Amino acid sequence: MRWETVIGLEIHAQLDTRSKIFSGASTDFGADANRQASAVDLGMPGVLPVLNREAVQCAIKFGLATSAEIGRRSVFARKNYFYPDLPKGYQISQLDHPIVGAGEVLVTLDDGARKAIRLTRAHLEEDAGKSLHEDFQGLSGIDLNRAGTPLLEIVSEPDMRSASEAVAYARTVHALVRYIGICDGNMQEGSFRVDANVSVRLAGESALGTRTEIKNVNSFRFLERAINLEVQRQIETLEDGGAVVQETRLYDADLDETRSMRSKEEANDYRYFPDPDLLPVVVTQADIDAVAERLPELPEPRRQRFVDTLGVTDGDAALLVLERDLADYFEAAVAAAGTDGAQSVANWLLNDLRARLDKSDLALAACPVTAVELGALVRRIADNTISGKIAKQVVDVIWEDGGSVDAVIEAKGLVQITDTGAIETLVDDAIDQFPDQVEAYRGGKDKVLGFLVGKVMQASKGKANPGTVNQMLRDKLSRD
Amino acid sequence: MTLTGMRDALAAGDFSSVELTDALLERIAARESELNCFVRSCPERARAQAEAADAARAAGTGGPLCGLPVAHKDLFCTRDLITSCGSRMLADFAPPYDATVVAKLDTAGTVTLAKANMDEFAMGSSNENSFFGPVRNPWDPDRVPGGSSGGSAAAVAAQLVPAATATDTGGSIRQPAAFCGVTGIKPTYGRVSRFGMVAFASSLDQGGVVARDAADCALVLQHMAGFDPRDSTSIDRPVDDYLAALAATGDKPLEGVRIGLPEEYFSVELDPAIGDRVVAVATELEALGATRVSVSLPHLSLALPAYYVVAPAEASSNLSRFDGVRYGHRCDDPKDLLDLYTRSRAEGFGEEVKRRILVGTYALSAGYFDAYYVKAQKVRRLIANDFSEAWTHCDLILGPVAPSTAFRLGEKSDDPVAMYLNDIYTLSANLAGVPGLAMPCGFVDGLPVGAQLLGPHFSESRLLATAHHYQQRTAWHLERPAAFR
Repeated sequence: MRWETVIGLEIHAQLDTRSKIFSGASTDFGADANRQASAVDLGMPGVLPVLNREAVQCAIKFGLATSAEIGRRSVFARKNYFYPDLPKGYQISQLDHPIVGAGEVLVTLDDGARKAIRLTRAHLEEDAGKSLHEDFQGLSGIDLNRAGTPLLEIVSEPDMRSASEAVAYARTVHALVRYIGICDGNMQEGSFRVDANVSVRLAGESALGTRTEIKNVNSFRFLERAINLEVQRQIETLEDGGAVVQETRLYDADLDETRSMRSKEEANDYRYFPDPDLLPVVVTQADIDAVAERLPELPEPRRQRFVDTLGVTDGDAALLVLERDLADYFEAAVAAAGTDGAQSVANWLLNDLRARLDKSDLALAACPVTAVELGALVRRIADNTISGKIAKQVVDVIWEDGGSVDAVIEAKGLVQITDTGAIETLVDDAIDQFPDQVEAYRGGKDKVLGFLVGKVMQASKGKANPGTVNQMLRDKLSRD
Repeated sequence: MTLTGMRDALAAGDFSSVELTDALLERIAARESELNCFVRSCPERARAQAEAADAARAAGTGGPLCGLPVAHKDLFCTRDLITSCGSRMLADFAPPYDATVVAKLDTAGTVTLAKANMDEFAMGSSNENSFFGPVRNPWDPDRVPGGSSGGSAAAVAAQLVPAATATDTGGSIRQPAAFCGVTGIKPTYGRVSRFGMVAFASSLDQGGVVARDAADCALVLQHMAGFDPRDSTSIDRPVDDYLAALAATGDKPLEGVRIGLPEEYFSVELDPAIGDRVVAVATELEALGATRVSVSLPHLSLALPAYYVVAPAEASSNLSRFDGVRYGHRCDDPKDLLDLYTRSRAEGFGEEVKRRILVGTYALSAGYFDAYYVKAQKVRRLIANDFSEAWTHCDLILGPVAPSTAFRLGEKSDDPVAMYLNDIYTLSANLAGVPGLAMPCGFVDGLPVGAQLLGPHFSESRLLATAHHYQQRTAWHLERPAAFR
């Protein structure tokens, strides 16, 4: 490959606080326009911002979760520009002294390799409002419900070398902010927005090429698509002898292209200066300790623990820790099943149950099979009370009617037949009934054994232990 | 009659708050047009408040300022009552909230008679920059009352109200108080809430009061000051008992107080006749037991340039919200967004405001930020250090308020720098955040002269007590303009 791609991401995570970052107005999504905008959010004359401490705690949480430096004295600055949905004519943000400094996020790439992506910083800022151009003939409407919503802008170093690495990083950050409970991650509602800085350079060069910024991509699929398109465009431009222009570009999913929004020359001079209405935010060690106490075990150490002490495969462990409630459910089920059943629990959870949940469009919290019951199910398979196939029937019943694993096994008479005498009778019957197949098997057609096992299982209504049936058939057919 | 006198008369039942209110509203109606010191009076609101005050007094539930009339500078937001800030931009703006200062005084029982005229967005030293026309000085209607709280000071001097709220960003309480012969105090930065005070320069703005004498200032400030959780720069510290601090102790109440006269305050720019009046104050204070020491504020000459970087820089940002989109003035038939912004702002703001927005925008621009804004903040630190050093030698600083007495209307309008020089003695207190008080100390050519007292952070009690003792001994503060006796 002659060209190397260099990508850095800026992620805006909307913090899951009850009220806005500088006012007491609610942050709930979906209210009628301007119903959640106080005088402060409207930038009315004389009103003043008061910092929401909860937003600071969210930022500290993120800093701790990414092994970042926590700014002990961070400063809010004003970023000045005119826009109709920016009520004060400036956005309160952080420039020189952000709340979170350099950190790191460990990302699992598609091939299973792990890569550390460095974070430059993460800073607090307020969101702007929204301009509405539909519904207003020749006019624009302004909805300031979103104005003043707290955002954490997470800025990475240009450490990613492909669109798929960028997506893996974005997904990891997405999972992390949800995991530590600071952002709901809802991309449709704009709670998690990604800007990608993309440049290319000849392989082996150390200087960065001219970058373009792709703004506000609202899905991981589009992110990958947009970056790949942009990389291709830049390479073609350079190979044609042209130059990449530093500019902001927009990804249009309908046309599947990126196009220029504004060039560097048109960019604003934001005239940043420290906001005189807000004092510097001083964070003490005690503040950090208090947040650390409320931080859950983080995904990466938890993943490692699942592999090391529970024997779960690398791939499954990585999937389990993507969502905190999934990992919590898993651990609760393992507690009921016993550590030996951990991989089996993982299989059931990641395959059978997840497929059922998706199909029914249910959240894990609403899963009819509780973690304790999944644990019981795995235990009953392990102690040969039921087969895996019967277990699926048990889950079917619980999914429809509820109940516990043991109660369903009991009520439906699903206990596996492990009595060899009873199984022997059924095996002998099968051998008698299907002489042709017996002949074929003895003639070397091994596949026929499956047919005979199936018939025995059918005769037992699925309750015979398939392992025992299998073994017994082999023994009998070879002995004679 | 002073505010304190009215308080006692109301308590004694000599007259009711409604009678007092009606009398003052009548005087305002008869005389206000000579001075243009109010943007509007609010008789209905005033009568309702006065009736409520009388009822509360009868019920024994009246607040400490029950039924006392005041005016509010028109940048303090008053709920449902137009708050124009002296600007066309806000000529029809009725805020849905009260400024904390207004709410606190309302709670204490005051009656709001009127909103005081002011330089547009508090930018000015002469009160000629109001959209509602200039205010005239009651001592000489051809002269300015000082700015930007000129409406407040002129109204008190003309006895249209006994006290008025005011704000001081670079001297806007002290200089008009001096020009109009009344007493005014700018408290420590953060002592009085800025919530609901339309911002000019956030790090310098401070609300305060002008009244007839120091005792009246103490009475009002007592109920204006205090921590406000809605203002992050407000300071969470109990308010001193200012009235108790006025109580005299013997005939040498200023025993042990060291008064510093900075050499830099008596420079060539100062009218020597004013210098003489200020030095005479020192003599009086010595008679009250104080000692006079020499101090220095070596960076005084840098205060003016630093101020005229910081204040416009903050103003340019604070005034961005006036864009014609949400409230206030909007131009007719804008053809696009840029047209909406530029014409609304061009029509809504006056010349001085535009000048400062431009200066401030320039000072914050990429490439100039370090040379101007950052440098000015460094100067600010030096000036604060000068004061800290001075407080190791003295307890209070005494100096003039302004280099001249009230000048003629239009005299400096074409020369902004000459106008800005008027603030040379006042604005370093804003840069350092220290409190300052202006009080009448004599006359030059028939016009009032003011003396300025500055003190360390939170020394309001000492400033008020010192002025009060001086006023117990002298009669300058009792003089009234002939036309308004």
